[in-house]
Amino acid sequence: MAPLRQIAFYGKGGIGKSTTSQNTLAALAEMGQKILIVGCDPKADSTRLILHAKAQNSVLSLAAEAGSVEDLELADVLKSGYRDIRCVESGGPEPGVGCAGRGVITAINFLEENGAYEGVDYVSYDVLGDVVCGGFAMPIRENKAQEIYIVMSGEMMALYAANNIAKGILKYASSGGVRLGGLICNSRMTDKELDLAEALSARLNSKLIHFVPRDNIVQHAELRRMTVLEYDPESKQAEEYRQLAQKIHANGGKGTIPTPITMEELEEMLMEFGIMTPEDENIVGKAKAAVVA
Amino acid sequence: MDAESKAARKQLVADVLSEYPEKTAKKRAKHINVYEEGASDCGVKSNIKSIPGVMTVRGCAYAGAKGVVWGPIKDMVHISHGPVGCGQYSWAQRRNYVSDGVTGVTSWVTMQVTSDFQEKDIVFGGDKKLAKVVDEIEAIFPLNKGISVMSECPVGLIGDDIEAVAKKKTKEIGKVIAPVRCEGFRGVSQSLGHHIANDVMRDYIVDKAPPAPETWVSTPYDVLIVGDYNIGGDAWSSRILLEEMGLRVIGQWSGDGSVGEIENGPRAKLNLIHCYRSMNYICRHMEEKYGIPWIEYNFFGPSQIAKSLRAIAALFDETIQAGAERVIAKYKPLVDGILAKYKPRLEGKKIMLYVGGLRPRHVSDAYGDIGMDVTATGYEFAHSDDYQRTTEYIKDGTLVYDDASEFELEHFVKALRPDLVGSGIKEKYGTQKMGVPFRQMHSWDYSGPYHGYDGFAIFARDMDLAVNNPVWKMHKAPWGKE
Repeated sequence: MAPLRQIAFYGKGGIGKSTTSQNTLAALAEMGQKILIVGCDPKADSTRLILHAKAQNSVLSLAAEAGSVEDLELADVLKSGYRDIRCVESGGPEPGVGCAGRGVITAINFLEENGAYEGVDYVSYDVLGDVVCGGFAMPIRENKAQEIYIVMSGEMMALYAANNIAKGILKYASSGGVRLGGLICNSRMTDKELDLAEALSARLNSKLIHFVPRDNIVQHAELRRMTVLEYDPESKQAEEYRQLAQKIHANGGKGTIPTPITMEELEEMLMEFGIMTPEDENIVGKAKAAVVA
Repeated sequence: MDAESKAARKQLVADVLSEYPEKTAKKRAKHINVYEEGASDCGVKSNIKSIPGVMTVRGCAYAGAKGVVWGPIKDMVHISHGPVGCGQYSWAQRRNYVSDGVTGVTSWVTMQVTSDFQEKDIVFGGDKKLAKVVDEIEAIFPLNKGISVMSECPVGLIGDDIEAVAKKKTKEIGKVIAPVRCEGFRGVSQSLGHHIANDVMRDYIVDKAPPAPETWVSTPYDVLIVGDYNIGGDAWSSRILLEEMGLRVIGQWSGDGSVGEIENGPRAKLNLIHCYRSMNYICRHMEEKYGIPWIEYNFFGPSQIAKSLRAIAALFDETIQAGAERVIAKYKPLVDGILAKYKPRLEGKKIMLYVGGLRPRHVSDAYGDIGMDVTATGYEFAHSDDYQRTTEYIKDGTLVYDDASEFELEHFVKALRPDLVGSGIKEKYGTQKMGVPFRQMHSWDYSGPYHGYDGFAIFARDMDLAVNNPVWKMHKAPWGKE
């Protein structure tokens, strides 16, 4: 059996991380890979397309009920879905209380200690929005994910987020083995999107591993809480995810140490592509009334 | 001090600093000085973050708030809110004696209540657990007069709203619940914890005190003892002198204190403050809001006691002034007896001090009374106003160190070879292993009281026991003898 591959999907909130990752992992499962998905988001919705469920019981909500995480059995938190993909959600507190980051750490430690990673080919972490604190960086720390895939688009904020995540990876790249696997562009049909995605990938010392075109069939499948792979395996979009899955499968050990760029460099790049217009220093900080006068 | 000796002292400071890396030496140089007679302060910087790695002796904000100010209030239950360690290691307080009450029924000073945070309390927040702890306290200890919530570090990190819980639960149980935001990472030492504790006491008890009951009869002689924590009974041997001179003590803050005595606060005519560092804040507030003047006093040793009694009496009428003289005269035979017995045994002995925020200056003249000489002194967490006040007590050439490290203290003990070191438990055994007598000056080494005339008798005896213990003549190994 090939050694365990641990990968993680990061990206700006709302970019389509969970959708892209579940479709891609479904395609990997189709290739015969045994998969474990670890959702690292208090909303606990990283596995709904695989399980056809709204949200699954999370490690932390069950631990809170039982008293502590030590009172849990692996079977309580592991659910199997499409093509026997195993799913677990770390979960976390409701917004505004407690510490969700600590929750991710607790949940991942529990899974490791209880052998959740045994007998699978892939462990995939799906991590919320941005790297907000140490807890959410857990999957990129030592002995966790080896390759990070950044889901992005041609939108400005998605590009910023991608660069920030690259910074997070760089921080742990020297102490652990984490590498940037590549960028996945989840198309939003913005101007020069493919060019921009390729340019940023190059600047980050990485590659655009796949450009996923926009197709409404993804939404149709989501309404049924399904991946496209399951909903319409013959569709063109399913084929796109299969290609992405094959590329990721072939990408093992080929990750790179990213070279994040400065804010200025990023903005220059955006201007080059006409996404951002050069700033007029004369108007900065001036209220409307002052400008009129 | 002659110029040669002073130059030697300065060389000693330079020697210590030379052991440090350049940057550390530069920073520490500002905290160690040889006092020049006539200077307005001790010439040291204070209340600045300790340098990582130097093994500072300091505590944290939680230690200041729970361990010093709130913990001694006897009829409240104090919750160490967070993981269990902070509560475990602050169990039983600092020997803050309690005059009445039954532990676990009407008094909780020596008990420890903690919310014992677990992983899930961090992840999901601890507010619900806090509410439950309050309910349990009410069920198990129904005679409590209130509850304080001593916030440990994680509570501040995860942003729990302990104020909201306190408000809700106060409404339910009709007793004071004081949320104290004394997370240990705040500030540079325990000193900020004192300040935070004072502010909460102000907002949750003093300023919310109900009006005096009809049975309350006010007198012109009503005073409060502020900042005496009754370690080994200190506040009692102080209170007795105030009462004997004709004053009426309407509250002790917070040693042997109660919620009722804190509520009495605004009715005082004068606030008498012992530990200026830890409770000057509430005195300043009461002066501003209630027009209550305050005066610092020092009840260590007969010369300072007499001075303080007269200074306090000067703020009252002739009956009190006569009372002060009567008290001084009454205890004179006791004092004379103590001095006759111990002064010949201790005359000329040198002591080196390193204590918290008050005693490094306050005990100085008590040592002087028994013939001893403070050769070096310093504070863990004093501010610049403490070092200004210190100049009244110390002599030219006294070595002064602020936030001293264990290395510095050891080096100074070795070089100065004092006859006695007065500091804390962390310094005790290292010093004794160097063959130098030691007394703990935070806890009175499980003795006390040291305040007042009665305390002076114990103080003098304890110092004699330490300095003249025959064991110090035997510590040299047989093969080390000539």
